Amino acid sequence: MSCNRAGTVLHGYFDCELDILDASEFERHLEHCSDCVNALEALQFLRSSMNLTQLYEKAPAPFRKKVLASLGSGRSVAASFPSRTVWSWLAAAAAILVTVYLGVQLGTSQRAGDYGTELAAEIVDAHLRSLQPGHLVDVVSTDQHTVKPWFDGKLDFSPPVHDFADQGFPLQGGRIDVVHGRTVAAVVYARRKHFVNVFIWPTNEKNSAPSSGARQGYQWTEWRKGGMEFCAVSDAAPSALEQLRSLLTSN
Amino acid sequence: MLDPPDQMRFETLVLPHLDAAFNLARWLLRSGTDAEDAAQEAMLRAYRFFHGFRGGDVRAWLLQIVRNTCFTWMEKNRHGKDTSEFDEALHGPVGPTPESLAIAADNRGRLTQALESLPSRFREVIVLRELEGCSYKEIATITSIPIGTVMSTLSRARRQLQLALNNPAKKEAIREL
Repeated sequence: MSCNRAGTVLHGYFDCELDILDASEFERHLEHCSDCVNALEALQFLRSSMNLTQLYEKAPAPFRKKVLASLGSGRSVAASFPSRTVWSWLAAAAAILVTVYLGVQLGTSQRAGDYGTELAAEIVDAHLRSLQPGHLVDVVSTDQHTVKPWFDGKLDFSPPVHDFADQGFPLQGGRIDVVHGRTVAAVVYARRKHFVNVFIWPTNEKNSAPSSGARQGYQWTEWRKGGMEFCAVSDAAPSALEQLRSLLTSN
Repeated sequence: MLDPPDQMRFETLVLPHLDAAFNLARWLLRSGTDAEDAAQEAMLRAYRFFHGFRGGDVRAWLLQIVRNTCFTWMEKNRHGKDTSEFDEALHGPVGPTPESLAIAADNRGRLTQALESLPSRFREVIVLRELEGCSYKEIATITSIPIGTVMSTLSRARRQLQLALNNPAKKEAIREL
């Protein structure tokens, strides 16, 4: 690898940590530097392999139980100070508070802060599931006039479907998926060798600016427009997701 | 130990990151059993220090504790475990050995082995970035690396990981001879 940018700036670009000026400067550089293009592809390959082989090690269930128990014992030490009745009253009050708090959390923060780590996790899981052989699309078509009617009768809303082949995002098809317990539309686009899943479902909340993040090496961007919530997820470059988002919002 | 409101905050804010805590410990210590012990110790420390937590990025706060617990753990149990860490001399270009071919058949095993061969400081940035999806700022907070050097640390870590993947350690092959 001879290009000296492949060693540093390229990683900032790959991780979407460059500011917009540096990122676009680097993209201009990419147009005529095959070293960097290859290096980016190698990084993408590494990231995809790490995700597809599911290197993430979740806490085993017995361990989780043990931790919860050990933290619970911390609680019983505190409990020895107030009388038993006071304590059980406090516990009941705390339980109610937790319930109320969780209720408020669920009600208001579907997207607050970090877009609910949980929802991001679900979206990435749904994306990973879709990449299993035979799972990507239920209706295979690059024609928006085939894909859009296909959703009719399967959903209680009509998701926007466009083919952006001319802009580098050819439509691949669509499928029905489930996110957060509700049925959603998944519209699939290709971006070079990558797939982008755009999950769409109706919302009562007003339009919002995009928020994005990364999880297990996948990028996601979500926004709301015209009574629909959109969440695009892919292992393509973050700039590609942003491009697709602006195509979708202006169409 | 914590009063009920703090207990509640702990349960709603910190406990959801138990997977993240375990995952980081697992990769830093390269053992599931050690990771259980270290992650549990870290959770207890987090529980004890929780009244000092004044809001902000709770995952980064917890992972910082996990990370420090793991490094202390490694210091204490340093009986040659780290000697298996990445040594560039061992990863020169080499033809495929029967071992490396068998390993290549199992991508997960191959990636695990390559990742585990990295020095812990490289391993942690890879795990935080690729598996946990942390931003550079979060990585800087967790690892105490200056934010300005997160990018170059990651780039060196990835280069070594790619090297380790392409040329699995010769050591195994040598041992066979």
